[in-house]
Amino acid sequence: MATLEIRDLHVTVEADNATKEILKGVDLTVKQGETHAIMGPNGSGKSTLAYSLAGHPKYTITQGTVTLDGEDVLEMSVDERARAGLFLAMQYPVEVPGVSVSNFLRTSATAIRGEAPKLRTWVKEVREAMERLNIDPSFAERNVNEGFSGGEKKRHEILQLELLKPKVAILDETDSGLDVDALRIVSEGVNRVRETGEVGTLLITHYTRILRYIKPDHVHVFAAGRIAESGGPELADKLENEGYEAYVKGGASA
Amino acid sequence: MAEAQNIPVGSTTAGSIAVAAESTVATRMSAPPSFDVADFPVPHGREEEWRFTPLERLRGLHDGTAVATGEGVKVEVEAPAGVVVETVGRDDARLGRAGTPVDRIAAQAYSAFEKAGVVTVPKETVLTEPIRIAVHGQGGVAYGHQVIELGAFAEAVVVIDHTGDTVLAGNVDYILGDGAKLTVVSVQDWDEKAVHVAQHNALVGRDASFKSIVVTFGGDVVRLHPRVTYAGPGGEAELFGLYFTDAGQHQEHRLLVTHNTPHCKSNVAYKGALQGDEAHAVWIGDVLIQAAAEGTDTYEMNRNLVLTDGARVDSVPNLEIETGEIVGAGHASATGRFDDEQLFYLMARGIPEHEARRLVVRGFFAELVQQIGIADIEERLIARIEEELEASVG
Repeated sequence: MATLEIRDLHVTVEADNATKEILKGVDLTVKQGETHAIMGPNGSGKSTLAYSLAGHPKYTITQGTVTLDGEDVLEMSVDERARAGLFLAMQYPVEVPGVSVSNFLRTSATAIRGEAPKLRTWVKEVREAMERLNIDPSFAERNVNEGFSGGEKKRHEILQLELLKPKVAILDETDSGLDVDALRIVSEGVNRVRETGEVGTLLITHYTRILRYIKPDHVHVFAAGRIAESGGPELADKLENEGYEAYVKGGASA
Repeated sequence: MAEAQNIPVGSTTAGSIAVAAESTVATRMSAPPSFDVADFPVPHGREEEWRFTPLERLRGLHDGTAVATGEGVKVEVEAPAGVVVETVGRDDARLGRAGTPVDRIAAQAYSAFEKAGVVTVPKETVLTEPIRIAVHGQGGVAYGHQVIELGAFAEAVVVIDHTGDTVLAGNVDYILGDGAKLTVVSVQDWDEKAVHVAQHNALVGRDASFKSIVVTFGGDVVRLHPRVTYAGPGGEAELFGLYFTDAGQHQEHRLLVTHNTPHCKSNVAYKGALQGDEAHAVWIGDVLIQAAAEGTDTYEMNRNLVLTDGARVDSVPNLEIETGEIVGAGHASATGRFDDEQLFYLMARGIPEHEARRLVVRGFFAELVQQIGIADIEERLIARIEEELEASVG
């Protein structure tokens, strides 16, 4: 069973000629089949955690370990992490002019699966996945994320999640900027992947709204660069009623 | 109406829109157009039209010291039935009708060539296969002149393929009769030491369509000067270009579209990728809309993708308008580094770095490659792009 283990993770970023520590000792274990919600106020370091796990060059790991099934993730390049089974659905997916969605998906699936998918079954697989996410077939010929609406970008991320079938999926504020209909479609996509029982999900969000559609097994409150409190789904209800105020104050005085 | 943006990466992008009195296109040339080399002073490098060009690498084309050697280039023309292919002397009346040399090297070429090539597609002849002109450099110095003329309502595709090593200066005239359609693909796939300087003059007839695709890969110095004027209303010109500038190469494309008659269109789109130390690309895009040219519709665009440190781009779009009675006029220029965020996004989907770079660069050129419409040239071009990228990754 695939397990992502994060131990005492410290991460810095260079900004304004100064080194700033954003993550200050994160401990978390995500097992295949589990869903963890990470919730926290703006600036608490949630997205830094997501991008650090994916290997974005902007972030420097200064301390701690991250392993996937015992393999050292921090030693891997960005593409190696993806091929090892990590997937990051981005908050702001990047436009890639001149590269069509169909070419991109096939190149990516070929890299992740280690061989080119058979054309006939692949076309069907993509078409069905797109239908489930209410994505128009003409989408395949458009350039990656170019001119996509906010909702289209997020559905395109979840399309990749469904096709690439990672061991651990990190969803970075996938719910932000979505209206209720789009949120429902995106959440259904995430739930289809979860129901296979083969993915561990790390759902990073600012709002409790998405948790009505995607039920987490564990909820963690993120504040000042570390997990301030962990609990079950009931912790989300508490946040819904009380907000992050207690944690922000605690973080400031810490 | 105009947009000029610039991400400085050892590059300059300057744009301007001038109105009547401050004509820059005309005043920035050192001398008026002439067929006689003696009418042009030897450039010293500070002139507006020469300031980006490394004169010392022109092997004497600019100062009269480059003497034709008789074995400079071998020209072979392969044409479908119905096309007339001739080699003519200097006094042939069909030479020099599409335009007059505007700088010293073009005038030098016109003053020095011995024989000219004339390819004629008679009126109403519609070709289904391209005319192919192979220009192969054989190590010497050469001056050339080529005329390609289409009669009224003729349609043709011409591929001019430059390979080998040479020091070559020349003028190419494209003359389009009324309603004619001409597509020209000029490929500069020279060996690394070649020097190639040329002026392309297109004279677009009434309701005629001219499409030029300039593809520059090779050479030490390549400096091309595609120019368009219209012989009557209703003409259309599309000027597309791709270049891949490597370490040490100087590739310069200077375009001028002169809208001198009403209701004509022009669309200019050039894209270049650069990599390596001292790679230098220059793009000058001039569009002049004269007072008579009411109803003009024009747009010009230049994009550069800088793949490594040490490369330099100078991109100067310039639009000069003498009448307000036009449909549209605009220009855009942008130079950017290879985008690390694009790279991260693709790699985060398991795609290895060199493949991700290849996807992005192929994507960057894709819309222009598709304009060529000749399968073997498109394939060769894509293969050359891959080769260049392999060199940069390795």
